Amino acid sequence: MTFKLDAALHARNFDVSFTFGGTETVAVLGPNGAGKSTLLAIIAGLIRPDSGNAALKQKKLFEIGDGANNFLPPHMRGTALLAQEPLLFPHMSVLENVAFGPRAAGADRASALQTARHWLAEVEAEEFADRRPGQLSGGQAQRVALARALATEPELLLLDEPMAALDIHAAPMLRRLLKRILATRRTIIITHDVLDALMLADRAIVIEDGRITEEGSPREILKKPRGKFAAGLAGLNLLSGTITGHGLTSNCGLDINAHPQDGAVVGQDGVALFSPIAVAVFPTADHGSPRNSFAVRITDMEPHGDHIRVHAGGLMADITPAASADLGLMPGMTVYFVIKATAITVYPA
Amino acid sequence: MTPVLVPRKKAWSGSRTNRQNTGYTGLPPWVFALAAAGGLFVLLPLAAMVSRVNWAHFIPLITSESSLTALGLSLRTAAASTVLCVVFGVPLALLLSRASFPGQHLLRAFVLLPLVLPPVVGGIALLYTFGRQGLLGQSLELAGIRITFSTTAVVLAQTFVALPFLVVSLDGALRTAGTKYEAVAATLGARPTTVLRRITLPLVLPGLASGAVLSFARCLGEFGATLTFAGSLQGVTRTLPLEIYLQRESDPDAAVALSLVLVAVAVAVVSLSFRNSRAQAADAESG
Repeated sequence: MTFKLDAALHARNFDVSFTFGGTETVAVLGPNGAGKSTLLAIIAGLIRPDSGNAALKQKKLFEIGDGANNFLPPHMRGTALLAQEPLLFPHMSVLENVAFGPRAAGADRASALQTARHWLAEVEAEEFADRRPGQLSGGQAQRVALARALATEPELLLLDEPMAALDIHAAPMLRRLLKRILATRRTIIITHDVLDALMLADRAIVIEDGRITEEGSPREILKKPRGKFAAGLAGLNLLSGTITGHGLTSNCGLDINAHPQDGAVVGQDGVALFSPIAVAVFPTADHGSPRNSFAVRITDMEPHGDHIRVHAGGLMADITPAASADLGLMPGMTVYFVIKATAITVYPA
Repeated sequence: MTPVLVPRKKAWSGSRTNRQNTGYTGLPPWVFALAAAGGLFVLLPLAAMVSRVNWAHFIPLITSESSLTALGLSLRTAAASTVLCVVFGVPLALLLSRASFPGQHLLRAFVLLPLVLPPVVGGIALLYTFGRQGLLGQSLELAGIRITFSTTAVVLAQTFVALPFLVVSLDGALRTAGTKYEAVAATLGARPTTVLRRITLPLVLPGLASGAVLSFARCLGEFGATLTFAGSLQGVTRTLPLEIYLQRESDPDAAVALSLVLVAVAVAVVSLSFRNSRAQAADAESG
């Protein structure tokens, strides 16, 4: 265990605790405003939590509450933060930007510049060394910002959606770079993108409403989500409820027929998971057992690949455009979502 | 002075030379009329003064011994006051824009007070602080330091009235710059002093420069507080504005000529600070 954190910040309804070790990369997933950036700001020392403690290896980052009140300022933490915006210092050249960290750490000018050149090469940006930040594209600037963060040799690298502000051409290159660079490094990366989590992270945590709601390997979380957010990331329908002998009774009162997985106990909290592609849409009630048929009102429809995604009653169905046209589907209509029992997985939450 | 009327014509013809994003200005015509009147109100008196300059004797008038002494004193004291404004104004502006502490609003109000205070009141306040009977003056007297009616008093009076100009303009620049770059620099391992020296101050340098220039200009024009607190001793406390006021009675031609010198200095100073703010805007666009 080389990093542990336990922090609460009441003003933002934030209360998170987790630990990790080795040179892991941890992906932080969650809806907007869930507290992901707050988490990084607390670790970096930019926000002071109300209570809690954190340690990075032997170094105490903060210890607040229970009579203690220690707070290490950001510059002594060894946690470099890379945000959505590159925030390169506009009055310095690219090379001086990257040399800033080593200089601040006390290196002399020549060796700081040498370190800077090394890291610029690492992110394939050495040809920009003498440019001004204003002369770089978004992707180039973000690579330089990454080099600047790495040049401080951080014990823990904090990345706050580094790809979010990049166009679709610049993002893959940065992702490829991160894949190589993060492999040997302790990193926490906030992302909106399932691909980032799967490609870059050894572990993922989902934060919702300032709390960690899921934790595990990214594959595990996507394969067996326990909450709506992770299910949404995986592109799956999820209903929470109570496990019954023949499936699950959802919190909104739907009775679901499915075979609970081994280990599921009747009466236990559980979730039912099924793919939108397994959902058929009918204009009238279907009575063929052991099918599941739910009357729902269509809220939205959108193109989704070569299908039409129908949103209704908090669930999604993917149907062909032809089927949608045949049924004359429109938002506001009441239809029946029908799912075979064998297409639904039920497991404890 | 026709340039003032030009914008009105442009608005009528729907010109697209406006530097804003769209060509649309949307200003009602009477705004231009009133603005033109306001512009004339400033320009006309200056033109009237220029028309009264005795050009034949202009050079001798402004190079007379008393004029040169006053000008030299003005430039030296204004420079010294500007240095003091920077030394004390920068920390004040930093505190007002970056820190948060109880009484911050009150501090801001008091720092800005000299902006709206009649300078003669400032002079009286300084007199009761540093004067022989003043709050600090008595102790200073015991230490053998006399401030009133000395060049030091001129510098103090000018600093008192000019400090808010530097604080206001730097405070604005600091707020515009925001703290994002400073936070990044801190996470890169830079100590607060390093952040201030290598990030904060370079980023607000244009604001600091225009604040210093404005302070310098205000120092140069200072009259009331100087006269009250420092008096009018030739070569010691009689700065250019005091000299002009004195000459106005005995030698109006000299007063007008010296006034023109002050106008010239003021125009130079303002255009310098204007260039600064333009450069800042261009920087912001490219950065």
